[in-house]
Amino acid sequence: MRVINRHPGRQARQILTALPFLAAVIAYFTASAIRLAANPEDRLLPSLGQMAAAVRRMAFSQDIASGQYLLLSDTAMSLQRLLLGLAIAVGISFAVGIAVGMVPYLRRTFVAFIAAFSMVPPLAVLPILFIAVGIGETAKVTLIVIGTAPFMIRDLIMRVEELPRPQLIKVQTLGATSWQIALRVVVPQMLPRLIDALRLSLGPAWLYLISAEAIAAESGLGYRIFLVRRYFAMDVILPYVAWITLLAFLFDALLRVFQRRAFPWFALEYMR
Amino acid sequence: MSAISVRDVWQVYDGRVVLERISLEIKSGSFVAIVGPSGCGKTTFLRMLMSEERPSRGTILLDGRPLPDEPTADRGVVFQRYSVLPHLTVLGNIMLPLEFLGSRLLGRLFGAARRDAEAEARAMLAHVGLDGAEHLYPAQLSGGMQQRLALAQALMGKPRVLLLDEPFSALDPGTRAEIHGLTKRLWEETGMTVVMVTHDLSEAFRLGTRIVVFERLEPERGTRITFDIPVEGRKKPQEHRTPREMHIVTQEKSPCDRIAVGRRPSAWSAATTTPISTPAKAAAGRP
Repeated sequence: MRVINRHPGRQARQILTALPFLAAVIAYFTASAIRLAANPEDRLLPSLGQMAAAVRRMAFSQDIASGQYLLLSDTAMSLQRLLLGLAIAVGISFAVGIAVGMVPYLRRTFVAFIAAFSMVPPLAVLPILFIAVGIGETAKVTLIVIGTAPFMIRDLIMRVEELPRPQLIKVQTLGATSWQIALRVVVPQMLPRLIDALRLSLGPAWLYLISAEAIAAESGLGYRIFLVRRYFAMDVILPYVAWITLLAFLFDALLRVFQRRAFPWFALEYMR
Repeated sequence: MSAISVRDVWQVYDGRVVLERISLEIKSGSFVAIVGPSGCGKTTFLRMLMSEERPSRGTILLDGRPLPDEPTADRGVVFQRYSVLPHLTVLGNIMLPLEFLGSRLLGRLFGAARRDAEAEARAMLAHVGLDGAEHLYPAQLSGGMQQRLALAQALMGKPRVLLLDEPFSALDPGTRAEIHGLTKRLWEETGMTVVMVTHDLSEAFRLGTRIVVFERLEPERGTRITFDIPVEGRKKPQEHRTPREMHIVTQEKSPCDRIAVGRRPSAWSAATTTPISTPAKAAAGRP
């Protein structure tokens, strides 16, 4: 049989999915064991025990200086920035994307500008933000907004333009005003698509968050990683990276489940 | 009441003439079927009737007044696809015109007004044979049921003119016969003026009170009306028919077949019934 027609069985599917994860873990610990056998003081590839000790120190015991559980407080700070930034970006994108996608005059006015603006590298703007709004929370949240909103706006404009023309004619013949079409036809159909755009923006959002925290912050996951880097503390950095990855993965999964539950018609229509 | 008057209409795209010298007086309450080969511009003509396009030349009047510049509630439409909203249930789709009308600001009814609209919508659903499907989404309906829904939704807007753009072309013959019966019944009940575009000649004869043939006679010129056939002996029956009876009627050999034999325009039948015309078939098409 041709290779494109061969499908793994039930058990084989699970094994195949787990395989690369297992391979990565095995490769890491093999390398770690070899290095530690040669030099017990090696810091580059810490053992599982060393990382567990670091996690215990960071997550389950109070910091002597601040009296806080550092992983917890870092996570809280980072999530606050991330979610605030994404919420603002989503709000702006949804309003602008739908308005520009629907109204030809707005499209003519803004599409080229938004396209140009989205090419500005957000990190290059960071110094401007620091100068303009200081190095506080505003700068970090603004960076996430600038980094994610243009993509979501452009995506939504295109999704609105993709709505079948006959559908829009039909609702006009049912007597709908532009405003009613926005409320009852376009907005409800764009919500599940907005979730798709948001899922794709999670990666960039974390990128800009960690960058901003690395450059100027006193707390947060990115701040911590770049702080302990000075001491070659790979035993802290690696669990932090794994934790960030897990958080991002959970957000993505939650959004996917929410999309399926809240918009059953969307799956029926587009995911058959 | 809702007559359409098309006067010397031309449509030209980038110097290419699509329609030329189209003139047509459509009487109120008639069912006009526009037939012609694919790409002849009959859909373009229908798009002009729904104000989705404007003619390059000529005028179109609805009850003596020029057509508005945009689609309006006096002209309902049903397309072959995308005629219903995927994110609303069957009931939601049917109620939508009432909600647009009843709530200018939100497009959404609440409380007693909502219950009234729902009752009206449910009556319409029963009328078109969609009762029991209220809470399904369009993607869960068969093609025939989707088009029933599209018809019912268009009628909820109480249009004076109904424009049908190949609405039944994607359906299988059995489903098509059923929905023909429904369409005819709804037309008889409402007294609407209907303009239907189709490439199916038997469908045109089965439903129409008048058949208008669009045809491009010379390749470098636009499409014109080449035949305009009143279908005789097809006056509105007075008695009410149930869908089941209608169904039987449409299954019988209908009188339009007799008409078709005598009057089918020969040139057009050769051009359309055998689109990839082998010499033998083309010859056989000519009497």
